[in-house]
Parts: sequence; structure tokens; C-alpha cells
Amino acid sequence: MKLKLHIWRQTSPRSKGDFQAYDLDGVSPHMSFLDMLDLLNEQILEEGGEPVAFEHDCREGICGSCGMVINGIAHGPEKLITACQLHMRTFKDGDEIWIEPWRAAAFPVIKDLVVERASFDRIIQAGGYISVRSGSAQDANAIPIPKADADRAFDAAACIGCGACVAACPNASAMLFTAAKAAHLSYLPQGQTERLQRAADMVTAHDEEGFGNCTNHGACQEVCPKGISVDYIGRLNRDVLKATLSGVEVTTR
Amino acid sequence: MRRVLTLYRSSVGKKIMMAVSGILLFGFIVGHMVGNLKAFQSHNGDGTHPLDTYAEFLREVGYPLVPEGGLLWAFRLVLLAAVGVHIIAAIQLWSGARTARPGRYRKEDSQVFSYASRTMRWGGVIVAVFVVYHILHFTTGHAHPDFEYGRVYDNLVIGFQNPLVAGFYIVAVGALCLHLYHGLWSVFTTLGVQNRRIDRIRRPLAAAISVILFLGFTSVPLAVLTRILTLP
Ligand code: HEM
Ligand code: SF4
Ligand code: FES
Repeated sequence: MKLKLHIWRQTSPRSKGDFQAYDLDGVSPHMSFLDMLDLLNEQILEEGGEPVAFEHDCREGICGSCGMVINGIAHGPEKLITACQLHMRTFKDGDEIWIEPWRAAAFPVIKDLVVERASFDRIIQAGGYISVRSGSAQDANAIPIPKADADRAFDAAACIGCGACVAACPNASAMLFTAAKAAHLSYLPQGQTERLQRAADMVTAHDEEGFGNCTNHGACQEVCPKGISVDYIGRLNRDVLKATLSGVEVTTR
Repeated sequence: MRRVLTLYRSSVGKKIMMAVSGILLFGFIVGHMVGNLKAFQSHNGDGTHPLDTYAEFLREVGYPLVPEGGLLWAFRLVLLAAVGVHIIAAIQLWSGARTARPGRYRKEDSQVFSYASRTMRWGGVIVAVFVVYHILHFTTGHAHPDFEYGRVYDNLVIGFQNPLVAGFYIVAVGALCLHLYHGLWSVFTTLGVQNRRIDRIRRPLAAAISVILFLGFTSVPLAVLTRILTLP
């Protein structure tokens, strides 16, 4: 099939980007979205141009690096998948497709569609850890965990840190990500020691990185490739409130 | 107090303050709507109206334990504080969110978030403008054509006989109810009050309360426009 692509091109973080239009022929419906971009890059290289930079690694929806906004929707029109899992059969011959990077102050564009997501790493560093005795690990089954809690922790741990939640949020809030990272520890017995401290510290880091505030739109949940629920945000909010009421001081970094 | 300030510093804390002040304002609005329905009672024997007596009661309640108008003023101060916190936190969060999302998408997402959630900010501004007008209209009388202090029922009927004024009230109350529809649903997440039962009822609950408030508030201007409520 034949497509008209409008792709955001930006040479460096500080330069001003713009859309550039490309005609691409010979796209197979069996291709993934990233295969289609590879095809386009071959065409651009043949014409002596600069290929479109986009991030990718696993190409099977687990690394979280391939984020891009496709026709206004983070990871494209299909639910519960990443851009690399999107197939070209979702589109029709002659379609126009607009492709843009995540847009958030805390995710500066490095080049074209590639953004810097180190702000996520710093949120995790602020509280995404537990205290355990290292060395002689105890038996994995020694601490019983209710099935429901294990499931909730596991669902939260499915977050791949792709940043689609931030991209879709009109406030560019990263509360879904932050809440998922906090919840996958706070549902488990091992995560209780730092639970309130973690909530206070991670939310502080979230704010300091320049993410916006959550207004409970739920756009994040709609685009999240892993189906993370906004209920985790409520849980994190309550932990922040509890942290304050019990006088937990935010760890200054 | 220091803990409250620490909480306020974070975005979650500001939202919690907005939730708490919003709940207070919501309580006032429910009371106000129910009080307004007194307009439908018939006049007292002495030519006054139950609405007038009710307003007088509000001014005098607590006397002589507190000075006349004391409780009313205390109540007004609490409301004013709640309005202040609600609006200041909203502005701070709004400006933070604007910096966080510098560019717009070329093709704006047709994402499925509700109309009510998207209009919280501008809807809130409309409600705030309305409240100022409303106080000048019915409380101080500055924006009223023929205001007489204490004759609450007459002021109300005269005020709403102007269809433009009545129309503005209906639109503004509509904006308020839309604001409350999202707010009442959202507050459960903000305060982290959630379980399976609550999750099931919070959406219909928010819708039902907003609709009841809308019908209750608009019944008065509509009744004046349709001459169900008239001057004696
Ligand atoms: C159609 C709907 C409404 C009607 C008929 C109505 C009627 C009135 C009247 C007659 C008063 C003056 C009472 C007195 O001076 O003793 C009043 C005061 C007030 N109303 Fe409303 N109102 C309506 C909707 C609203 C809404 C939606 C809000 C809030 C957003 C609101 C907020 C207030 C406030 C803040 C005051 C002043 C209270 C005070 O001075 O202590 N009203 N209203
Ligand atoms: S919460 Fe979902 S959308 Fe956000 S980073 Fe994690 S996987 Fe991506
Ligand atoms: S490339 Fe790894 S999730 Fe898409």
C-alpha cells in the first residue's frame, strides 16, 4: 500500500522541529509500524537524506523504548500495544499518518522521534527500592502473600516505562507511571518498610522533574500498553496523605 | 500546620486541598439548593415570605450566644477560605501543567476523556464569575434593578423576571453541575477512597447528584419565567 507520512523532524534538543511529508510506496500490511519506518529510512538513505531517528530495541512490546504519537494517539490507534506491536494492516492504502514524539517538558526531544526519559529513572531512584538483607537470600516462599495482592503488584509491575501515559495526559503528568512503580512494591510485604517515605519521595521527584499534576482524566489508562489502572494513582495519593499525617519528611536530594 | 504546608508543596497535596475545600463548597451548595426550594412555599399570614424569614433566621441563628450575624459571618469566612484555597491551588496546578506540556500535538488526540473533565478549569472560571455576579445580584443588590434588603422572595422574583438574567443563572448552574459531576467522581481517586463497591457506584452517584442539583437550582428561575412564582 501507499502512504503519506508527516513526520516530526528535529535535529537537536534545542533546535526547532517541524513536520516533513514523505510518500512511501510498497508498504505491506504484514509489516509492523517500525518495519514501515525502516522501509522509509532505506528510501531516505537512497535519496541521500538523513534517516528518521526513532528509538527501538525489543520490537515486541517489552522494552518500552519505541514510543511515538501516531495520529494523535500515543502508540497509535490500537489498544494495549506499543508502537512496535502495531501492524500496518490497521491502516488503509492512501492513508495519511502524522507521527510525532512525546511532548512533555520532562521528556526533551533528543532527535526527531527520540525523547530523553531519564526523568523516569530519577523518579524510580527517589523511592523505587526496598530494604533487604543481601547475601543469604531467604526462601522465596517463606513470606505468604495473598493472591489478590500478588496479582495487583504484578499488574503494576507490568509497567515498561514507555511514557505513553505522560504523552497522552493533557497535563503531561507522570502519575500513572509513578503510581505503578510505587504500587508494585507497596502491595508486597517486602515493600512496607519504606512505603510512606517512598510515596512522599517519588511524588516529590515527579513534581521536581517538571511533570504536571494529575486531574483524573484517565487518558493515561486509555493509552497504556500494559493496561495499568488509574486506581493505583488513588492508592499513591492516599499514601502521600498518610505520609504527611504521620510526619514523614521528604528526603532531600 | 507545618505538615499541611509540606503537603501543600506537592502536586498531590494541592489536589488533596482542592478536594477538601471542594467537599466543603459542595456541602454549601446542597444546603443552598434545598433552602432555595422554600421559594415554592406560600406566603406567611403577615405578607412576608418563608424565604425572607429563613434568611432572617440565618442572620440571627446563635444569638445571643454569638453577636447577630455572627454565625452567618463565620460561615461566610469558612466558605471564602475554601473558595480561596480551591482557586489558588487550581491556578498553581494549572500553570504547572502548562509548563509541563509545552507543545500541542498536530493532530489532537480524540482520546476518550469526558467533556466534564476537560472543562474543569474554564468551567470553574465561569462558576467563579457567576458567584461574584450572584452576590452582587441577590446579596448586596448592586446588580439588581429593584433591590430591597430583607425581601428575599420579591428580589428573587423581580430578578428572574428578566429572561436574560434567568437564562444566565441556568447556564451557570449547568456549568457548576458539570464541574461537580467530574469533581464528585474524581474526589474518590484524589483522596484514595476506593474499593470495589465505591468504584461501581461513584460514576452514577456523581451523575445523580449533579442532575438533582441542576433540577433543584433551575426550578426557581424556571418557575418565575413560567409565572408559577409571581409577586403577591
Ligand atoms: C438558580 C440558582 C440559585 C438561586 C436561585 C440562588 C439564590 C440565592 C439568593 C436569593 C441568595 C441571597 C440570600 C440572602 O441574601 O439572604 C444567594 C446567596 C448566595 N449564593 Fe446562590 N443561588 C443560586 C445558585 C447558586 C450557586 C450555583 C452558587 C455557588 C456556586 C451560589 C452561591 C451563593 C453564595 C456564595 C451566596 C452568598 C451567601 C452569603 O452571602 O452568605 N448560588 N443565592
Ligand atoms: S504506566 Fe503504562 S503508559 Fe505509563 S510508562 Fe508504564 S507502561 Fe507506559
Ligand atoms: S521496541 Fe521495545 S516496546 Fe517497542
